[in-house]
Amino acid sequence: MSTRLSKGGRLIDRSAALEFSFNGKRLKGYRGDTLAAALLANDQMLVGRSFKYHRPRGIVAAGPEEPNALVNLGSGGRLEPNQRTTVTELFDGLEAASQNHWPSLEFDVGVVNNYVSRFLPAGFYYKTFIHPRPFWKHVFEPIIRQSAGLGSAPKDRDADRYEQAYAFCDLLVVGGGIAGLQAALVAGRAGARVLLLEQAAHWGGRAPVDGDVIDGKPAGDWVDAAVAALEGMENVTLRARCMAAGVYDHGYVLADEKVADHTPGDGRPKHRLWRIRAGKILTATGAIERPLSFAGNDIPGVMLAASVRDYVVNWAVSPGDRTVVVTNNDDGYRTAIALREAGLAVPAIVDARANPAGDLVAKARSLGLRIEAGRGIAKVKGGKRVTSVAICLQAGEGAVIDEIACDAVAMSGGWSPVVHLWSHCGGKLTWDTANACFRPDPARPPLNHDGGAMVHVAGAANGAMKAAEALLDATAAAEAAVTALGMKPKKAKAPVAEAVAEGPMEAVWIMPQGASAELKAKMWLDYQNDVKVSDVQLAAREGYESVEHTKRYTTLGMATDQGKLSNINGLAVLAQALNEDIPQVGTTTFRPPYTPVTLGALAGEARGEIFQPLRRTPMHEWHERNGAYFEPVGLWRRPYCFPRAGETHEQAVHREVTNTRERLGLLDASTLGKIIVKGPDAGKFLDMLYTGVMSTLPVGKCRYGLMCNEQGFLSDDGVVARIDEETWLCHTTSGGADRIHGWMEDWLQCEWWDWQVYTANVTEQYAQVAVVGPNARKLLEKMGGMDVSKEALPFMQWADGRLGGFPVRVYRISFSGELSYEIAVPASHGAAFWAALHAAGAELGAMPYGTEALHVMRAEKGFIMIGDETDGTVIPQDLGLDWAISKKKEDFLGKRGQQRTFLASADRWKLVGFETLDGSVIPDGSYIVAPGVNANGQGKTQGRVTSTYYSPTLKRGIAMGLLHRGPERMGEVVEFNTVKGGTVKARVVNQVFFDKDGEKQNV
Amino acid sequence: MSEPMSALGGAKSEGFASVREIGPLGMISLRAKADVKALPKAIKAAVGTGVPGLRRIEIEGERACGWMSPDEYLLVMPYGAVAGALEAIAKAMGGAHHLAVDVSDARAVFRVGGAKADQVLAKLAPVDFATLGTGELRRTRAAQVAAALWKEGDGFTVVCFRSVARYVFDLLATGATPGSELS
Repeated sequence: MSTRLSKGGRLIDRSAALEFSFNGKRLKGYRGDTLAAALLANDQMLVGRSFKYHRPRGIVAAGPEEPNALVNLGSGGRLEPNQRTTVTELFDGLEAASQNHWPSLEFDVGVVNNYVSRFLPAGFYYKTFIHPRPFWKHVFEPIIRQSAGLGSAPKDRDADRYEQAYAFCDLLVVGGGIAGLQAALVAGRAGARVLLLEQAAHWGGRAPVDGDVIDGKPAGDWVDAAVAALEGMENVTLRARCMAAGVYDHGYVLADEKVADHTPGDGRPKHRLWRIRAGKILTATGAIERPLSFAGNDIPGVMLAASVRDYVVNWAVSPGDRTVVVTNNDDGYRTAIALREAGLAVPAIVDARANPAGDLVAKARSLGLRIEAGRGIAKVKGGKRVTSVAICLQAGEGAVIDEIACDAVAMSGGWSPVVHLWSHCGGKLTWDTANACFRPDPARPPLNHDGGAMVHVAGAANGAMKAAEALLDATAAAEAAVTALGMKPKKAKAPVAEAVAEGPMEAVWIMPQGASAELKAKMWLDYQNDVKVSDVQLAAREGYESVEHTKRYTTLGMATDQGKLSNINGLAVLAQALNEDIPQVGTTTFRPPYTPVTLGALAGEARGEIFQPLRRTPMHEWHERNGAYFEPVGLWRRPYCFPRAGETHEQAVHREVTNTRERLGLLDASTLGKIIVKGPDAGKFLDMLYTGVMSTLPVGKCRYGLMCNEQGFLSDDGVVARIDEETWLCHTTSGGADRIHGWMEDWLQCEWWDWQVYTANVTEQYAQVAVVGPNARKLLEKMGGMDVSKEALPFMQWADGRLGGFPVRVYRISFSGELSYEIAVPASHGAAFWAALHAAGAELGAMPYGTEALHVMRAEKGFIMIGDETDGTVIPQDLGLDWAISKKKEDFLGKRGQQRTFLASADRWKLVGFETLDGSVIPDGSYIVAPGVNANGQGKTQGRVTSTYYSPTLKRGIAMGLLHRGPERMGEVVEFNTVKGGTVKARVVNQVFFDKDGEKQNV
Repeated sequence: MSEPMSALGGAKSEGFASVREIGPLGMISLRAKADVKALPKAIKAAVGTGVPGLRRIEIEGERACGWMSPDEYLLVMPYGAVAGALEAIAKAMGGAHHLAVDVSDARAVFRVGGAKADQVLAKLAPVDFATLGTGELRRTRAAQVAAALWKEGDGFTVVCFRSVARYVFDLLATGATPGSELS
């Protein structure tokens, strides 16, 4: 039985009882409890099942290293899988459910895997699911996917909100234990801007639990004073519940602040992801206790020794009346002493060392505790709960000497510094033989831009395990960091912790050292992923020498806890099996995040309306009010069509096309890119950018132009207008404005930096409206204010003036084949101008039209569209645009590229039109089939469709496409494949389907 | 002729900081190299300020000149003053190579006010507000879009492109939600 003690508990408030539920059971806890502490207080030791064998799993640890006690937390919009109960603060109404079992936690069918475990060794999947080959995709993978994953994925929209924030500091101190606090004090006093992060809700780390004495007072008092002093410094910021997840180059750190995990629904952001830029980073991240590998070490009730102490001291929770302590170091004795002082029984301290000695050992002896020196645990007995331990000689093979009845086992295999943040950016480790652990190598830190250390490390994270050493180490590390920042540490008396004489620890990787194969098959290394000592040894026998390979083969350390408990033990076992030294085997790579960061925090504020910037034209609201159906064009939303009541989108498009061709259409063309290019060398510059000649364009006129990349492929197109002697305005595609502006600046800044040219992207300065159709001129004349006659404003010219009182620039250009004016007004008048055109145009049959009608009309005219007729592999010559490529110019971007033999060849797919024989519309994406098959047995093709529409004007399907030597094959009938199977026959025709001579636009 | 309309028609929001769309505001993008002799005269004539140094903005009442890049300045003035300012620049620059263009309508401008205005912006822009002094301009971003900002009065002026005015307003208003103060 685990239970709540009647007294004590430094973190709980017994006056504030909280109610929560576990698997539907209503339970009680106190404010200050973690969920794990509250579960233990309610005798809920069994909290889950392991991944592979579905073995019963109990709470092992008391911190972020916990591998077992993961739950589905909350429900509906607040369901979070794989939440670690050991770091989940209890709140009233908390709902938790255990994972990875069916039908129930107590009785689980999947446990059958446990009984066949000898048939599921390391690499089982790799060995079994290889043959027969087709089985992988259709049989094995679906089954494995079905059984993968511990928690259940949330199905509802997240009810909470998240945000991100940027922070800057001179020194970022990670870890709010005594080392972190002391480091922050040193740096704060030196005047540095300090940001101190602590992942837990409280400060001080382990020292208050371990009974350390600092400056003659209990550690807790010193911690309180230090926090108060830091809070009093203006240059120091403290953030609790904030986990530094990753260290990146140039002092960049991501940290996840759990703002409202413990107060759900209070309106605050649930998490805040801090994006920190620090001058230097100091990690005081402490150390994690290692389990010992003995048979049955995964049975619920077997816990880390220091965690047992945490539960007793912090939350007044007893893991059981009788706890056997098993250790290879003196720290384990602290747990025995704490248990005894709490009035609980410690039937024995099983110490693997032959001659334990030191202050703590002496104190245990004086308390009358039974010490079994030189002994180990042969086996833990019990199913869902520990019932007893069998004792053996550590030096032996596991012959049982004695059996001790108990409810819990507190194990301590030594401590591993938390070196994750040190390692993320390449900090190297060194093997510390005395403590049998890897610790940061001060000679090989991660480096900053200046070659100096980016990360400093202090305290237990640096291998300074005892309080006295940790404080000295923190003072020195902080002084070094502050000095490296160019500041001067203030002289101050460093706090002194009372020294405790401890005997040396003794590395124990297998208990007992000569254990039989049968015992080793029950020694768990990775509790979550079910990796045992025998699995790692098998991997070694099968030739896996690299720790990285062994990790993947056995899945050691690949669970959600990322091997915080298992990695060092696993690689020590591997080293032994390979007969190598541990440092030679090395560690796997430490990668961010330190503990999981929820996707919501990574997304931050980007959800709902502000998921992505949505670009709106000045007329956007009008479009919304008038029922526009929008389509995305880049980040713009453009009306696709304006369906009327009872109309399908298709019908609306046909109506818009017909109305524009017969009367008057209005298009919001504001998204069209507009770039001003000005300067003495602007003409020369544009002649290099466009395939045609722009320098000779007379002022007042417009010319269509093509831009290619250096390879010769068509990149963008648009109409260029000459504004004055030195100024051109280049229209780009809607999606291309920023890209082409960047392209221009790239050439001007990096290649032709001595050319006198400036550019400005004025796309958004203007709202632009295309007034299109036979009544277009009538509308403008009705608006009044300038001469828009054929004589005054002929095709491909522009003029400034006023229309209806609006300041306008009118371009006589057409993308539809109709009489057409594109009118630019300052954006702040855009909505009013658009409304005025509609009001005045009503009697002329004015209707808005959308992008699809625009596409249909341009296809009827055989005009190409960047992105439809081009895909980055098409040159202008493929599209019959040779007329727009200057033969005279010495050079332009793409010229050389187009001279390459395979581009200059006539043997290419080229643009033509297609008319289906039956009048149907060729499906989008169709290929033109050719006889025969290729080397892969696939049917050959000789072209593809690029634009295909129903033409309401011609009342039949029309299409453009690329066909092998297309223009030479006019009149030929080719076949397009269809999605359904079969083909559609179409005749090769000229791609201009409508008004071939351009009479309609030139009136 | 209609009155010029800012992108959001003066939208407002009150949280732990206030967010207000202002404008329309007159803005000119002036491109010229810093060593052009006529530049100080042109800027003086247009907005009455000196030439701002690296990442600085010079403010004179309703007018200002901000440094945007080694050869780009942002001139701010009342909306109606743009035409006159463009003429003044053209006259002052004479034949010197430059580009001055009206970008008033291409922008949206916000005022974020209140003692904790910097905390709203710190959620959106990678800017160290603790060291951002008066007279400094940051050409940066607000979450996913380009933005420029500077300290003014008890808060900040934020400039973005007109098409994303609603996005930036929503970002600022969301960032100012009470209860989400950073300190």
